[in-house]
Amino acid sequence: MRHRFDLRIGPVGFRIGSAWRAPIAALGQLYRGYPKPVDGIADFTVRLEPETRWRRFVRPSVAIRGDFTLPDAAPLALAHGLLAAEMGMNLQMALGQRRYLILHASAVERDGRALLMTGHSGAGKSTLAAILGERGWRFMGDEFALLDPATGLLHAFPRLVSLKNQAIAAMEAEVAPDRFGPRLSGTPKGDIRHLRPNDAAIAAMSAPARPALILFPRFGFESAERPMGESEVFVRLTQASTNYVALGEPGFDALGHLVKSVPARAIDYPDTGSAVTMAERLWREAGL
Amino acid sequence: MAGPCYEADAPGARLHRSLDALDLIYHRPSGMTHMVSEPVPQILAALAAGPADAAKIARRLAATHDFDANGAEDAIAARLAELEAVGLVRRA
Repeated sequence: MRHRFDLRIGPVGFRIGSAWRAPIAALGQLYRGYPKPVDGIADFTVRLEPETRWRRFVRPSVAIRGDFTLPDAAPLALAHGLLAAEMGMNLQMALGQRRYLILHASAVERDGRALLMTGHSGAGKSTLAAILGERGWRFMGDEFALLDPATGLLHAFPRLVSLKNQAIAAMEAEVAPDRFGPRLSGTPKGDIRHLRPNDAAIAAMSAPARPALILFPRFGFESAERPMGESEVFVRLTQASTNYVALGEPGFDALGHLVKSVPARAIDYPDTGSAVTMAERLWREAGL
Repeated sequence: MAGPCYEADAPGARLHRSLDALDLIYHRPSGMTHMVSEPVPQILAALAAGPADAAKIARRLAATHDFDANGAEDAIAARLAELEAVGLVRRA
């Protein structure tokens, strides 16, 4: 590939190649200071290529390719190249990760213990983790939490936070402008703006944490909470994992242990401030 | 008339974990996770003594559990049919 950028996010190394300079320049800017893959060997490769050869120049459109691909994925406009790179990295993780049980969850850490948040798209797990990450917690990731079956520890995956629609303004009020990428308007997911995790989150990305509390947030409702039984949590977490079946027995053991040993609560919240208050209170009530 | 006779893999082919309301069974040969409730774990345990039909399983369970084997046979036969459909037991 003409342009290339290598980096490590938590324990996972990526090599990203691109036919165009712009997406690589944007990645280099937002991921500045991230480490390189261990021993220079990437776990996954992502390639941003023209859909056909001449589309590198004429109305350029970016096809996401790599070790794992979705055959029917629609190409993105070159202006959305940064999004294409992020989607490509997510795709490699979702389809190819075999070392860790992947939970589609955000996570923050305090005192070596992790708060996991998972839920459907739009539940607010990404924004909630990003906000907590600016208010005394270590941001571990907004998309994937990596559970190590061998240790039961959670590994961070602090990629750029992908802020969508209303979450963009919420974080613009919280964080200095130099940590944001360009606003990408009219993407298939609406408006998107990427946010670089803070320096503390990046510096500590290699430190795992012990899972201590699982929240299932739901945005847009009056404040409410309820404890969740182990069976319900197990089902929800298998649904939230992209590789539970592929991992086989280690995945069963890891998830079973997580569900038996970590308390879980469903929370409804009307606004981010309420959610932060509830998360802090539930953390205290769990004796953490 | 005796119903169909079933057998299950040896107990070591399954991992079992009890949750609050349900039980989890990981079936090693297929790699599948099953969520089950009583009396499914007990039926599988009873089959460890060898192939059996519903009536024989009811008698085995009555020997180790406090319940009336009369009338339990139909329920056990229904569970066996379900277990056969998901691959946890097969016709002997």
